[in-house]
Amino acid sequence: MDDLIKYAPDLLAGFLENVKLSLICAVLALVLGTILVSMRVSPTPVLRGAGTVYVNIVRNTPLTLVLAFSSLGLSDTIGLAFSATPSTNSFWLVVFGLSAYTATFVCEALRAGINTVPLGQAEAARAIGLTFLQSLRLIILPQAFRTVVAPLGSVMIAMIKNTTVAIAGGYLMESAFVMRDTFDDTGVSIPIFVGLVIAFMAVTLPVGFVTSRLASKLAVAR
Amino acid sequence: MSTNILFDAPGPRGRLRNNILTLLSVVILASAAYYVYARFDAKGQWEGEIWKPFLDVSTWTEYIIPGLLGTLKAAGISAVCALVFGAIFGLARLSDHRWVRGVAGAVVETFRAIPLLLLIFFLFFLAPSVFGGGDYTLIALVAGLTLYNGSVLAEIVRAGVRAVPSGQAEAAQAIGLRKSQVMRLVLLPQAVTAMMPAIVSQLVVLLKDTALGYIIAYVDLLNMGFKLIPAVHFGSLIPAAIVIGVIYVGLNMSLSTLATWLERRTRRSNRTSAAPIAPPGAVGEPETSGAGTLL
Repeated sequence: MDDLIKYAPDLLAGFLENVKLSLICAVLALVLGTILVSMRVSPTPVLRGAGTVYVNIVRNTPLTLVLAFSSLGLSDTIGLAFSATPSTNSFWLVVFGLSAYTATFVCEALRAGINTVPLGQAEAARAIGLTFLQSLRLIILPQAFRTVVAPLGSVMIAMIKNTTVAIAGGYLMESAFVMRDTFDDTGVSIPIFVGLVIAFMAVTLPVGFVTSRLASKLAVAR
Repeated sequence: MSTNILFDAPGPRGRLRNNILTLLSVVILASAAYYVYARFDAKGQWEGEIWKPFLDVSTWTEYIIPGLLGTLKAAGISAVCALVFGAIFGLARLSDHRWVRGVAGAVVETFRAIPLLLLIFFLFFLAPSVFGGGDYTLIALVAGLTLYNGSVLAEIVRAGVRAVPSGQAEAAQAIGLRKSQVMRLVLLPQAVTAMMPAIVSQLVVLLKDTALGYIIAYVDLLNMGFKLIPAVHFGSLIPAAIVIGVIYVGLNMSLSTLATWLERRTRRSNRTSAAPIAPPGAVGEPETSGAGTLL
């Protein structure tokens, strides 16, 4: 217990980095995922193909490889830099990799959601003369988003937990690294581990609770 | 579905617009691809020299294949242990005894909520202080993967048994089968068929997560490809990343294809009265109105 109290400020600072990563990646992954799903249902075969290829490749690559590649490959070898400060640069590299990875899962969830919208809805939208983008924006996506609130919640929870893998992208300030660092100093400490787990649960459990409540509240009556 | 319902069969103007859109997207995608190509080219990443190691048999026999075997070993052991863990805890969650249900539920929910890497780190540092010195990378990785994926599989097992219509259990009880017989002879055989696709999807997740072993220096495909090959053949980091990326994607996509095939087969099958259950976090099946689906 003493270890937990002694290292609490470091661990808290690390955990706040996870929260920061989660918030930024959530926004970016949702935006990018929506763009990807629009590509995958678009009338342009080239865009459909590009979307499918991107999703299938990135989704099937381990996140550790995605992040290690962003850091060692894209940044160190190719020279992609978001900032001159190394720690800020690796923060944004992790954001880049994690968002690119999570977006594919957002895309798949949304696509499954579009599949649950009955055909008649799209036919009716076409019948009253809405264009492709209008029917997508006004009829299909609003209904699709409602059915995917709960799955999107699961994607977000997985993403929050995945922020701990930031270590593979060379970002050495978040809680998994801090925990490893403390274990290196003082040996294994059960209170520190349990404390961090509780901190993560304090974020993920409400997300799960709120999204499942929202899902049942927003469910489309059919 | 042969024609997409989101847009009409385009007329002359629509075709023109679609062609313009296609042209535009080709231009945008091609210029993006060219930009990436040029950035890589500027750093000399397409030079034959750094790709040469991958034409060499020794690179494959000394690094890539041993690494792949390391990945498959960790994935195989974890998959077997996770399936056993999942079966035990999944069935325990369906127990008639409240305390068994409660304990199993608490274990499953806890391990599902812990970030996997934290769990692996914890086990990795816990093992030496309990069992003394030694190499615990494989054990920590396998134990972490087992506890996490086993908990997810436990939920799949529970959902699978629940997906069997209640009439099946009632009929089994009516002909005088005991509780264990109902489970063993009637519910489980049907549940296993229904949950097969979800189990295989979870095994894809497990296989991908073995790459976390890279962080605790377990000798797997990622470690071999990303740490050792670039160290031996200087400058081969990007080619190595592309080669091992292709291997990972190939492995996972073939497993995913198997899952899709299993799901189709389950849907057609008359060996189970339960519909295939959705993998955790997936969108529920659309109500079949006979109208088909959009995509």
